[in-house]
Amino acid sequence: MRIVGIVSGLGRRVIAGVTRLGRAALFLGRLAPGLGIALMRFRLVIQQIYMTGVLTLVIVLVSGAFVGMILALQGYNTLVRYDAQSSLGLLVALSLTRELGPVLTALLFAGRAGSALTAEIGLMKATEQLDGMEMMAVDPLPRVVAPRFWAGWIAVPLLAMIFSAVGIIGAYIVAVGDLGLDGGVFWSQMQSGVSVRDDVLGGLIKSVVFGFVVSWIAVFEGYDAKPTSEGVSRATTRTVVSSSLAILGLDFIMTAFMLRGL
Amino acid sequence: MQGKGSEFAVGLFVVAGLLALAMLALKVGNIHVLSTGDTYSVTADFNDIGSLKPKAPVTVAGVRVGEVARITVNPTTYQAVVTLDIMKKYRFPRDSSASIETAGLLGEQYVSLSPGGSRHDLKNGGKIRITQSAIILEKIISQLLYSKAGHTSGHQ
Repeated sequence: MRIVGIVSGLGRRVIAGVTRLGRAALFLGRLAPGLGIALMRFRLVIQQIYMTGVLTLVIVLVSGAFVGMILALQGYNTLVRYDAQSSLGLLVALSLTRELGPVLTALLFAGRAGSALTAEIGLMKATEQLDGMEMMAVDPLPRVVAPRFWAGWIAVPLLAMIFSAVGIIGAYIVAVGDLGLDGGVFWSQMQSGVSVRDDVLGGLIKSVVFGFVVSWIAVFEGYDAKPTSEGVSRATTRTVVSSSLAILGLDFIMTAFMLRGL
Repeated sequence: MQGKGSEFAVGLFVVAGLLALAMLALKVGNIHVLSTGDTYSVTADFNDIGSLKPKAPVTVAGVRVGEVARITVNPTTYQAVVTLDIMKKYRFPRDSSASIETAGLLGEQYVSLSPGGSRHDLKNGGKIRITQSAIILEKIISQLLYSKAGHTSGHQ
């Protein structure tokens, strides 16, 4: 009997998870017309890009520079054993443009801006601001949710590019300034090994997908939150947890496809 | 936060993002070599290409003049057919030779061209007839070991 209980508990969780995914997809379908309307009132989107993108810039700049510097130190330590420290620039550039730039930026964005989006929309719901808008015949989806979704989607790829660029500059400073590598070799190895189509564009595509998914999860969790203080806090936690898992899972799938040249 | 100040900040943010993308494309990547419009392709048959890969550099006197486009096998001679994309501004005599060399001891392999003396230039779709295969370190080491072994046993 206990086994039956465990198995049906598992089944309940799976059904709940699939149901939630279906609700999120339905929500996206309802949001879709609002996305077009929001583009016509672009001022709202710009305000939200400021709130989500520009205010996330500081953490992205600082982490990008540090990740680049750490990669340079750590990579040098390994490469020098094979007398291959001239490839350090290539190692850093490939790691950042292909993987670390898009993934770390999306994770930082989910923690810094995605959680804030969820909390904001959830609190609007809890304090009945969304109901109030509906009473005034204003649809909250195009007015409140869609600009935030667009802002997140636009901001993540831009942030990811900035992250990679700052990381490479940070690595250059450590490699040339501290480790004493030749600056010309650093750049030329990088340029001969990094392909714009496969590496830079592949990273850009990844970050566009991550931006879409993180923004989607954030606005859905906020809109779907129970209108209580506990519900909002749970929704915020869920945003960060499910965004992080979705980013890493999708990254694995996309990397596998990209490395096989599909 | 609202109004002109935030619009300016967003504008700066977008410009910074696009600048970062431009830096990744131009300074980090090699978009200037990628433009295939101003290249012509020639082929060269090798007995053994070692670990040469597509996109490996093609150099003359150590200067990069193109890249390896594709590598296939000729089904009748079983030789490797390497297609080289060379920049249009560089012309080579028809009797130029190609050899596969290694950058450093364990480095990447690349194709090195040595110009010949013919008056006619290689044309698009042309073929380099004189080639030298890759030097494979393992083979040299094993040859050296065998000859050493033969040498010492001959003395005894």
